[in-house]
Amino acid sequence: MAKLIVDGVEIDVAPEATLLQACEQAGAEVPRFCFHERLSVAGNCRMCLVEVKGGPPKPTASCAMNVRDLRPGPNGEPPVVLTKSPMVKKAREGVMEFLLINHPLDCPICDQGGECDLQDQAIAYGVSGSRFQENKRAVEDKYLGPLVKTSMTRCIHCTRCVRFTTEVAGVTDMGLISRGEDAEITTYLEKALSSELQGNVIDLCPVGALTSKPYAYHARPWELTKTESIDVMDALGSAIRVDSRGREVMRVLPRLNEEVNEEWISDKTRFIWDGLRTQRLDRPYVRENGRLRAATWAEAFGAIKAKLGSTTAAKIGAIGGDLASVEELYALKGLMAALGSSNLDARQDGTKLHPKFGRASYTFNPGIAGIEQADAILIVGSDPRHEAAVLNARIRKSWRQSGGKLPIFVIGQPLDLTYPYTYLGAGAETLANLEASVADKLNAAQKPLVIVGQGPLLRHDGEAVLSLAAKVAVEIGAVKDGWNGFAVLHTAASRVGGLDVGFVPGQGGLDVAGMIDASAKGNLDLLFLLGADEFGAQHLGEKTFVVYIGSHGDTGAHRADVILPGAAYTEKSGTYVNTEGRVQMTNRAVFAPGEAREDWAVLRALSDVLGKKLPFDSLTQLRAKLYAELPHLAALDTAPVNDAEAVAKLASVGGAARSEPFDLAVGDFYLTNPIARASKIMAECSALAASMHEAAAE
Amino acid sequence: MLQDKDRIFTNIYGRHDWGLQGALKRGQWDGTKDILAKGRDWIVKEMQASGLRGRGGAGFPTGLKWSFMPKQNDGRPHYLVVNADESEPGTCKDREILRHDPHHLVEGCLLAGFAMGAHTAYIYVRGEFMRERERLQAAIDQAYDAGLLGKNACGSGWDMDVFVHHGAGAYICGEETALLESLEGKKGQPRLKPPFPANVGLYGCPTTVNNVESIAVAPTILRRGASWFAGFGRQNNAGTKLFCVSGHVNKPATFEEEMGVSFQELIDKHCGGIRGGWDNLLAVIPGGSSVPMVPGAQIKDALMDFDGLRAVGSSLGTAAVIVMDKSTDPIKAIARLSAFYKHESCGQCTPCREGTGWMWRVMERLVKGQADKSEIDMLLQVTKQVEGHTICALGDAAAWPIQGLMKNFRHVVEERIDAYQAAHKVAAE
Repeated sequence: MAKLIVDGVEIDVAPEATLLQACEQAGAEVPRFCFHERLSVAGNCRMCLVEVKGGPPKPTASCAMNVRDLRPGPNGEPPVVLTKSPMVKKAREGVMEFLLINHPLDCPICDQGGECDLQDQAIAYGVSGSRFQENKRAVEDKYLGPLVKTSMTRCIHCTRCVRFTTEVAGVTDMGLISRGEDAEITTYLEKALSSELQGNVIDLCPVGALTSKPYAYHARPWELTKTESIDVMDALGSAIRVDSRGREVMRVLPRLNEEVNEEWISDKTRFIWDGLRTQRLDRPYVRENGRLRAATWAEAFGAIKAKLGSTTAAKIGAIGGDLASVEELYALKGLMAALGSSNLDARQDGTKLHPKFGRASYTFNPGIAGIEQADAILIVGSDPRHEAAVLNARIRKSWRQSGGKLPIFVIGQPLDLTYPYTYLGAGAETLANLEASVADKLNAAQKPLVIVGQGPLLRHDGEAVLSLAAKVAVEIGAVKDGWNGFAVLHTAASRVGGLDVGFVPGQGGLDVAGMIDASAKGNLDLLFLLGADEFGAQHLGEKTFVVYIGSHGDTGAHRADVILPGAAYTEKSGTYVNTEGRVQMTNRAVFAPGEAREDWAVLRALSDVLGKKLPFDSLTQLRAKLYAELPHLAALDTAPVNDAEAVAKLASVGGAARSEPFDLAVGDFYLTNPIARASKIMAECSALAASMHEAAAE
Repeated sequence: MLQDKDRIFTNIYGRHDWGLQGALKRGQWDGTKDILAKGRDWIVKEMQASGLRGRGGAGFPTGLKWSFMPKQNDGRPHYLVVNADESEPGTCKDREILRHDPHHLVEGCLLAGFAMGAHTAYIYVRGEFMRERERLQAAIDQAYDAGLLGKNACGSGWDMDVFVHHGAGAYICGEETALLESLEGKKGQPRLKPPFPANVGLYGCPTTVNNVESIAVAPTILRRGASWFAGFGRQNNAGTKLFCVSGHVNKPATFEEEMGVSFQELIDKHCGGIRGGWDNLLAVIPGGSSVPMVPGAQIKDALMDFDGLRAVGSSLGTAAVIVMDKSTDPIKAIARLSAFYKHESCGQCTPCREGTGWMWRVMERLVKGQADKSEIDMLLQVTKQVEGHTICALGDAAAWPIQGLMKNFRHVVEERIDAYQAAHKVAAE
C-alpha cells in the first residue's frame, strides 16, 4: 500500500490504483468524461486534471496516472495531490470551455437532457458565459442501425463508444476518423452495429450524441417513475431499471450487479418495451363457433369448469412457459395436484434437464462471475453470444484479462463468439473422444469450466449428452472442493425456477412431447398453457381444449379455447431463478392493461371456481407456503452453492448419444419470446441481422 | 567558426558520393567493430560525457536517454526507433542527412542499438520523403551487402537489423509515442505517459526513440572521443549542430556549426546577411515553428544554443531558424502557423482539438484587425488553457507562437484593430 495525501487527507491506496481512484477514496470528487471503470483508459477528455505537488508545473490527468508513478517528497513524505486548488479549478474551467465551444446549445431538444454528464459538469465546473465568437462546428449524423440514434454535432470525442464496442462487445464496428477538430466517430461504412450489446453505448455516451432511437422524444427522465427489477429476456436475470410513465413502460435501463450483468444489458432486454404495448391480452376470451370472442371472467372460468366436468384427471395437462415466474408455476402445480393430474412440464423446449439428479445438474454452478476465475473453458453445444449476450461479454472479458491466453474450446457450431477459440468438432463424438492435447490443457487447468448449452439437451438423447458433458467435467477435474465448473447455460428465465419447484411430470405423468402426442391422438382433453408459446402448439390435436394464461396474443393464444389475460414481467412482482440458481424478484412498474391480472391471482380465482380452492389468498401467503416448501427461494439475490454430488450422479447416467451435430437453442436472438415477437423494434433488428447474415454469406 | 576538419557531416550538400564507398572515404564505418568491442557501458558513458543533447527539439541528453534502457533483458526485445519524421516547419536537416550522408545514420543505428541492447532498429521516415527513403534504403542495403549490418554486424558478433518504415505524412507522428502507435499500424495518436517508451514502447517492449541527427552524430563522437565533441560550445550546450536557416536572408542554407555562436555570426558567415541589411530585421523564429519568435533587436547578439535562446524567451528547438524582415506581416505569419497546428492536431484530447481551431480562427480575424482589443487577452488565455493541459506537446507548440507574437508585437496587433475599426467606422458613416 502506498501513502498519499489528497486535499490534506492522508490515505492508503494500492500502488497500482490511479490518482482518480485514490481521490475518490479520499472523498474528493473528480469530474470525468472519457474515463470508465470497465473500459481501457483513454485520458483524452482532460476533465479529470488534478495538481500533483512536486511534479511538473502543470496539471496531471488523474485517470491515467498511477499512484506508484508519483515521486515522494525530498524527505520521503507522501506525494501530495490537490483537487481543489486554483490550478485545478482553472484547468477544469478551461477544458469545460473547450468542450462547450463546439457543443450545440440544443439541450431543450436533446434526449440526454436531464441525465447528461456534460450538462451536470458544466453547471458544477464551468463558467456562465461563452467567449467563443466563431461559428460552431457541425457534424453530419451517422447511421448506426435501428437502435442507436446519433447527433454527432454533440459528440465530445471521449471514445467511450469505440472502446466499448471494441473491448467489451468485441466488434470493430466503430472508430474515430480524421484529425483535429475534424475528427469524427463513425462506423465509416455507415452500417448498423453488429453487436447484441450495442445499446450500452447509449448509456456510456456522456452527452446526447448517441441516444436511443426508439425512445427518441418520448419522455424526459424527470417525468419517469423508476422501478428496479429483473430482466426475463434470457436466463441471466440481468438487473434492470424499468422507467415508466403512467401505465406505459417507456424504457429499460441496466442496473449494477457485479455478480450477473456488471452494468451491461443486451439489446433485447433494453429495447423490448414496445412489445409490452402491442398484442396484449387485456380481457378474457372464449372461443365460440371457431372464433374467439371477448368474454367476462365468469364466462371464461365457466367454460373451463364445463370442460373439466367432461374429462378425467389423466386427460388434463399443463405446460409452463419461458417467462413464467416461480409463484405462478407453483400455483399452477398446486392446481394440477388438486385436479389429480401429474401431466405437467415447465420445459416447453423439451430439455432433458431434471431435478431428480440434484440442483447442480441444471445450474450454472461456478456463477457468472466465476467465469473470470476459470482458466480453461469448454463450450458444448452453445452459442453464448446469442443465448446470453451479457454472459458472453464476461467470457470475452476473461479472455482479455488473460492477455488472450485463456484456452477456449468449442464443440457445436463454429460461430463468431467475439473471441478466438479452438473448434473441436460438431457433436457428441468429439466430446466423448477429446483430443489428447485438448484434454491435457483442460486437465492442467486449475479451474476448468464446462458450459453446456440447451441445443443438444433438447434432443431425444439429450440426457445422454448431458451425462457425457458431466462425465467430461468430472474427468478433467472441473468438480472439486471449492470449484464446480459444470455450468448449464439456460435460455429461458423461468426454467431453473420451474425445475426448482418441481414443475415436471409426476409419477406416470406426461412431459411436453407426451402431452402433444396424447393430444394428437385425442387423449388429452384439457391443457393449461402458462405463457407457453414455443412448444409447438400447432401439433396439438383438435379435440384438446386449450386454456391460455398469459400476456401476449402469440401462438399459444391463437390455439386457445379460453384466454385468461395475465401480467407481463414489468407488471408483477415475481420470483425468477437465473441460470446460476440465483433467486431474484421483479417489481411491478406498471399495472397490467385492461382486465388482465397477475397470473397467480388468475389461477387462484380459477381454482375457486373449479372447486379446488388453492390455500392462499395473497401473494404473501403464497410465498409463505412456497418458502416453507423450498427454503432456498426465500434467500433473494443469492445463488446457493449446490451439492456437487449431483454432477457425479449425472455423469454416471450414461446412455448413447447420437452423432449428429449439436443444434443451437436460439435461432433468432431477437424473437425468442412472445413479448419480443410483439415488438416492432425487435422485428426490425431481426430483419437487419438476417440481411447482414446473408450479406456476409455472399 | 567550425573548421572543416571538425565537421561531422562532410557531404551535407551532396557534392560527393553518398554511397558506401564515398562514406568509407570520408571515414565512416571506420573501426566500428573496435568501438563495439569497448562494450555497451562504455558507449553510453562516452555519449553522456560528450554532452550531446537530443537534436529533435526537446534537447534531452542523449546518453542519459540510452541509459534508461533496461540493463537486463527480461525476455522482451529492445528496440531502437529513429525519428525521421521531420515535419516541423522550417526544419530541413534530417532530410539532408538522409539524402547525402545516410551512412552516418546507418552506422549510428548499429552503435546505438548495441548500446541499448537492441537487435532491431526502425527508422520512421516522413511520408513526403520519397526519394530520401529510397536513398536511405539503398544505404542500408549497401551496409547489409558489406556485412556491416545483419548477422554479426561488422564482425562484432552483434546482430543488427535496420528497417525503414514510411509514414503517411502526419506531423503528429513525429511525436515519439504517436510514432510508435503509427509504427504498430495504429492511428498516430500520442500515448499517455507514464509508462515511458523505455519501459513500455514499441509493441510493449523497451524502446528508445531518437532523432536522426542525434543518432547520426554518435559514430563520430565515439570515434573522436567525447572530449572532442564536448569541446565545442558551452557547458550543457556542447557540440556541433546542423542549422537550417530559411526566410529573409540572402543565402538560405543548411550547415553545420558549433553551438553557441551568436546569431549575427551565424547569419553573416553562412547566409550572406539579412536581406536588406540588419536594420531590416524584424523577428526570428529560432528553433522551428513551435518556438516563440524573438524580435530582431534581441536576437542579434543571442547565442545560438539551448541556454542562449532560453535567455531571450525562446528555444533552440530543431535549430531551424526562420528569419523575417520588415516586409513580413508577423500576425499573418503566426496565423499561418496556427492553421498548421489546427490541421495537424490529432484530435485525441480536448484542449488541443478544440483550442487549435479556436486560436486559428481568432488569429485569422486579427490578421484583418477584425476583432476587439479584449480578444487579445482572451486569445492569450486560450493559449494558456491549451498549454500544459494536453497529452503531448503539440498543444504547447500551437500555443507558443501566439504567445511570442503577443509578447513582442502586441502593438502591431492593436494598431491593426484600430485601423480596421477606423476604416469600418468611416464606411458605416
